[in-house]
Amino acid sequence: MSADVQLHDVWIRFGEFVAAREANIHIREGEFFSFLGPSGCGKTTLLRAVSGFLEPSRGRVLIGGRDMAGIGPNKRPTALIFQNLALFPLMTVWENITFALEVRGAGKAARRKKADELLELIALPGQGEKMVSELSGGQRQRVAIARALAAEPDVLLLDEPLSALDLKLRQHMRTELRAIQQRVGITFIYITHDQGEALTMSDHVAVMSQGVIEQVGDGNTIYNRPESAFVASFVGENNLFSGAVAEAGEEYVTVDTPAGRLRARHARRNGKGQLAAGEPAFVFVRPESLKFAGAAASSESARPLGNRISARIHQQEFEGNLWQVFCGVEGSDKPVKLSMVNDGESIGHAPGEEVTLGFNADLTVALPQGELAAE
Amino acid sequence: MTAYWHNFFRKHGAALSVFLLASVGFWIFMMIILPQAFMLDFSLRANVPPPKWGTDAHHYTAEHYRYMLYGSAQSTDSYNFVDLSVFARTILAAIFVTLIDLALCYPVAYYLAHAATGGWRRLMVLSLIVPFWVNELLRAFAFKIMFGSNGIINNALMWAGAIDQPYDFIRNSVALYSGLSYAYILLMIFPIYNAVESLDRNQIEAARDLGSPWWRIHKRVVIPHAKPGITSGCTMVFMLTAGALAAPQILGGPSSLWFTQIIYQAFNQAGNWARGSAYAIILLIVCILFVLFMMRVFKVKLGEIAR
Repeated sequence: MSADVQLHDVWIRFGEFVAAREANIHIREGEFFSFLGPSGCGKTTLLRAVSGFLEPSRGRVLIGGRDMAGIGPNKRPTALIFQNLALFPLMTVWENITFALEVRGAGKAARRKKADELLELIALPGQGEKMVSELSGGQRQRVAIARALAAEPDVLLLDEPLSALDLKLRQHMRTELRAIQQRVGITFIYITHDQGEALTMSDHVAVMSQGVIEQVGDGNTIYNRPESAFVASFVGENNLFSGAVAEAGEEYVTVDTPAGRLRARHARRNGKGQLAAGEPAFVFVRPESLKFAGAAASSESARPLGNRISARIHQQEFEGNLWQVFCGVEGSDKPVKLSMVNDGESIGHAPGEEVTLGFNADLTVALPQGELAAE
Repeated sequence: MTAYWHNFFRKHGAALSVFLLASVGFWIFMMIILPQAFMLDFSLRANVPPPKWGTDAHHYTAEHYRYMLYGSAQSTDSYNFVDLSVFARTILAAIFVTLIDLALCYPVAYYLAHAATGGWRRLMVLSLIVPFWVNELLRAFAFKIMFGSNGIINNALMWAGAIDQPYDFIRNSVALYSGLSYAYILLMIFPIYNAVESLDRNQIEAARDLGSPWWRIHKRVVIPHAKPGITSGCTMVFMLTAGALAAPQILGGPSSLWFTQIIYQAFNQAGNWARGSAYAIILLIVCILFVLFMMRVFKVKLGEIAR
């Protein structure tokens, strides 16, 4: 069984502090949904409201259409995987896994059988008699997943469960988690501050900042069509030009910045936060959208490089698959970053050189000025 | 081993090393082993006045241990029911007091460790500790007054109409059990508190999230984790209660005798230090064996208690 989860105007206050405000979300059944945001943004708070450890100060939480008000965590059709996993160290692996069944009064034979099935699922067959302390980090991770799945929840909640693992294992577990989710077919709600995790695994992502859900969408939309300055600066890398709107059209906006007049997509042309002439605005462009606008380069590009700025190369870094080039641009204290795929050729420019950078208006976003993600 | 000592001296320096070794050695030898060895020696010798100590009359004998069992140094016809029953009652009462303290302290310790926060927790801990600034005798006498036939408890019960005659709390040992339970309550609370506090709160939440009712969370998660603390609390309360003297002396009814009072009488009234020593040694050994047995039953290792 799988279930959808709805948050209707959920507010959570701790005294004066508002940990989450006006959260409205519909998480469809069977989807992999992530809350992405920096630590302290309120994502764990919302997760605890879904799991039942917290009651919202206002608003409603619905799971499978049922209002969860007053229903404790032990009665909800959810299972939570904790950040530190919280496995029971004094129980064996199989006792851990089948704790939910023990609670329901299942006999030992039935529990052993279920444990064997789940150990098979998490690729740890025959390890049931071990103590948790005898397992490696990745194995514990999988035991925690099995323990939660044994409760046969409609919704599985995951609170940054991969953050304690090293990079290699983390990347491996991403794939594995996604595979497990597709196999069991229940709704996964995943909390993370790691955008890589959120973008690779999720069907939909909600980006949060300071208790507010800034944007909900699939990974592609979040990355390519950010709707707030926070989302643009938090998800992926973005070069920022600050300026004032010269002209605001339906599709495009032109913004006067110290680096020159830039043309960009009008990101929020329908909703609130629509830009009007004279208003301050941020213009964002990704490092990979920037090109050297030399005679040779421009002809290769499929899209016209409408925007042109002059820059001086400060530094270039070789990352194997990519070149990262940092340039100084008029009116911008931070260096502007350009990423280029390493095609075996040199980048054709040297530090100290004056260059012209070009970028396409469709790959450039203009947004109302607002809070930016911390570096 | 030599390497260990070499390392020890290098780490702490000569002066500190000598001080540490000397003070620990003094503590173990002078304060623990030597006095107990004297007691053991006394208990195994004939009872003679001090001038004759060291003479032939002060010979080794097991008569005091035999006396505890048979009530006579020679005959083995009948058992010493008086002393044996007092002994048994003392052990049972100490077990009872330990259980009362455990039942009272586990919830309090759990609450302090996982539910109370900040200033409220500090206030609660203080209000547990501060009453123990009042000395033991004063506390015992206060209990005696409180539980007396004209005490506040009888008066309150009669005023409420629950009883129409004053209830004799003293004679029925209620005052004694209350006094003893209260006397050692901190020794139960703090070890359990320490043990429970070190439990990761997420484990409690995880168990709850998996559908567990509160009692099963305690049975499967909290108590197994707190077992060393519970054992150490129970051990201390049991040992100290079985060896208590002041509270039974003051709060005990006319008919209830504590085994320590018999030991006290042997030393101070009968002038029979040998028998007193023998009885004290018996009490000590039986208590230790009982504690070791219970640790075995509950599968706790000695090393865990020291954590």
